Amino acid sequence: MTAAVLHREPPKAPVDNSSGLAERVFRIRESGIVVVLVLFVAVTAGLQHRFLSATNVQFVLVNTVIFALLALGETMVVVSRNVDLSVGSVLGMSAYLSANLFGSHPSIPIPVVFLVGLGIGLGWGMLNGLLVSVGRVPSLVVTLASLYIIRGIDILIVGGNMVTANTLPTSFTDIPKDTVLGIPYVAIVVAAVVAVGAYYLRSYRSGRDLYAIGSNPDAARLAGIPIGRRVFMSFAVSGAIAGVAGVLWAAQYGTVDSTAGTGYELTVVTAVVVGGVAIFGGSGSAVGAALGALLLATINSALYVLGISSFWDQAIAGFLLIFAITLDRIISVRLTAALRLRSARRAA
Amino acid sequence: MSASGEAGGDGGQVSPMLESCNDTGGPGSGEVVLALRHAAKSFGAVQALIDGSIELRAGEVHALLGENGAGKSTLVKILAGVHQPDSGTLTVAGREVTLHGPAAARGAGIAVIYQEPTLFPDLTVAENMFIGRQPLRTGRRIDTQAMRAEAAEIFKRLGVPLDPGRIARGLSIADQQVVEIGKALSLDARVIVMDEPTAALSASEVARLFDVVRTLRAQGAAILFISHRLEEIFAICQRVTVMRDGRHVLTEDLDGLTADDLVRAMVGRDLEKRSRGDQAAPGETVLDIARLTREGVFIDISLSVRAGEIVALAGLVGSGRSEVARAVFGIDRYDAGGVKVRGKPLRKASPTGAMAAGVGFVPEDRRQQGLVMDMSVQQNVALASLGRLRQAGFIRASSEHALAADWATRLAIKYGRLTDPVSMLSGGNQQKVVLAKWLSRKPTVLIVDEPTRGIDIATKAEVHHLLLQLARDGVGILMISSELPEVLLVSDRVLVMREGRLAAEFTRAEATEERIIAAATGQTIGQSAGPTTVQPAGPTAGQPADQTAVQRSGQ
Repeated sequence: MTAAVLHREPPKAPVDNSSGLAERVFRIRESGIVVVLVLFVAVTAGLQHRFLSATNVQFVLVNTVIFALLALGETMVVVSRNVDLSVGSVLGMSAYLSANLFGSHPSIPIPVVFLVGLGIGLGWGMLNGLLVSVGRVPSLVVTLASLYIIRGIDILIVGGNMVTANTLPTSFTDIPKDTVLGIPYVAIVVAAVVAVGAYYLRSYRSGRDLYAIGSNPDAARLAGIPIGRRVFMSFAVSGAIAGVAGVLWAAQYGTVDSTAGTGYELTVVTAVVVGGVAIFGGSGSAVGAALGALLLATINSALYVLGISSFWDQAIAGFLLIFAITLDRIISVRLTAALRLRSARRAA
Repeated sequence: MSASGEAGGDGGQVSPMLESCNDTGGPGSGEVVLALRHAAKSFGAVQALIDGSIELRAGEVHALLGENGAGKSTLVKILAGVHQPDSGTLTVAGREVTLHGPAAARGAGIAVIYQEPTLFPDLTVAENMFIGRQPLRTGRRIDTQAMRAEAAEIFKRLGVPLDPGRIARGLSIADQQVVEIGKALSLDARVIVMDEPTAALSASEVARLFDVVRTLRAQGAAILFISHRLEEIFAICQRVTVMRDGRHVLTEDLDGLTADDLVRAMVGRDLEKRSRGDQAAPGETVLDIARLTREGVFIDISLSVRAGEIVALAGLVGSGRSEVARAVFGIDRYDAGGVKVRGKPLRKASPTGAMAAGVGFVPEDRRQQGLVMDMSVQQNVALASLGRLRQAGFIRASSEHALAADWATRLAIKYGRLTDPVSMLSGGNQQKVVLAKWLSRKPTVLIVDEPTRGIDIATKAEVHHLLLQLARDGVGILMISSELPEVLLVSDRVLVMREGRLAAEFTRAEATEERIIAAATGQTIGQSAGPTTVQPAGPTAGQPADQTAVQRSGQ
């Protein structure tokens, strides 16, 4: 960063390859999850062949689906330096209210049920978004409050009731079971949705704005980015996704009471961070977050298959979280140092 | 960030409104591209701008001068669309406009480059330039290729070898500014506002910036250039506008004006020239740094400061000066060597230990490191003295208040109420608060890093006076400064660092700007006399060896 950089000389043909460096690191960051995932699957399958059976793979994928969906919405929120802790409660309320529709309106078309779930989620998401973007209340506080409020309302509505699988049409409960070439239909749909979401975040102005807001909020304001509108939208989408995920949850588990989705918000945030989304915003992808969800679901299932206490499930998730955050920190520090060095070298 | 007044406040104005405005285009100068007339802006009870006017012509570099608190920043933010004026008119290219936000200002062809560049560290350089208006391809998708190519084209025009595809994290301040300038160019901005662009640049980086500014000017841009360094203004600007206390004072051609004229206009009176006066003979050694090394950052730094002595540490930005200061105060670790205060070794990496031993540290970046911006003036002043103020474990606001009131009077700090957040003070007064914080501890050794950066001329003189006064009272002062006039004015001895090593030492009598620059850049000027010990600076680990001196003596 000294003298020579200042001389006016035309840039040399290959200027420097620090862009390659940065991109390489991020690619590695996502492939890192894949490596851990593959290792985990290999070890578990080695110990217990049942793990790779079609039923179990389907089970893992279907389990992943809900978290991968939630992780997509959460990613949009987290890259803009916010957090949505209300997704578990939104999912719970949507799951009960949508499944309950089959009891009151037995002939209701399934797409309408999904729309109702989406609407419930969208409503709560918009409320969160309004409080954060217009009320300027930190999202941690807003969504922590709505976590309790929504759950509370849910409990008031549900009371001691529950929706049981026998009130649901089989066409509904079969949704998670339908497969194409052995792969659950929903897994394919959700993979496509996540891909579209990731593409949107990467290739559309409003998507990039979210990264910019998370990377430097002050600069975003000065750059004329409509911060309020973008943040509002991210919460609305996160809520809507949680609503849809709630309907899927009802289809998968059949039995819905007032505890559905309790604690999901933490699993989702874990998946997102393990998947390489920076908790203070600015970087990370929806694909990484979905991979994080897949990894968590795989570990959960592996422990079950191996007959290990589910206590370890949470402990391992915790370890992964610390590992991921440490790794990100190291990468960030190293990357900054490397980029600085390259600038200096180029300058020399 | 206070978005106060962002929405409303400018109700009555209709925009745009046509109005011919080529009334002042003097002979030989470009047409007026921007004119702000009689703008006023207040925040609550504070009148930040009372009567601000500025007029920019195509192809000119126009200086905006004024002390901190004169209303420059508010004026800049009005041009940037961040604030909306309460009254007054803004005319851009002959049309009266109202800028409802930063995007509107950009749309009107106004680009603002802030003192601290505002980049997105996680986004690529190209994206930083084009955020919010990235080139699109079918389906409204961002065309990354086109975006990078366009950015590369702009860097080529500027003659700067920056890779548009790298992320902005890790760019030097100078490079960050280049990105901002590139952004302005990509906008085809007709007006470019540069708010103290040189504050954090080394001399050669300033030279490159000036090249870029001249290029922009030749291409017909109007540039508003804000700086506290008068020599820069004379070097690059054609006209000048001076502001004082929120009002426009004068707009004139720089030709025919002297630095004294400008200072008088800014301060509103003649600035008394404080001669340094004779200092008492320095006393015992209070700070003794022996062979301090932090691998890859600085190597083998030995220096001592005696009571009543002001030792300046000069050198280019990035030569390791601030890092030495941070290591001495215990913020950073060091790998070898030691620090003694009054003969007692200082514990490594322990700011608490350093403070207990009587070391005070006024850091380079007062907003980030020197102050807690959200806390009140009095809380900031008391922050380093909490141990002394504590009564049965509690800090009484009244004792804080008494302490702060005392120091505010002594340092002539201008404030509204001592309970106001310190962020409401001007830069110079904020710096005084940092100084008060340490002075209230009665330090033995005071380390000050760029004590007058971004401070107006009058306050600067006060800070200099204060440092000299402290030295007279027997405090040993180690001052890091990039401003050579300041170094020459205040210090008893000058040490020069280059690439992490001590490159030279000059006594007050020996020190000249030329010698210091020569030592700092490693250029050899004519073998000037003087018992200077110029140690050749070898390549520092992790840093490239550029034109390293030919001679190389073993240390």
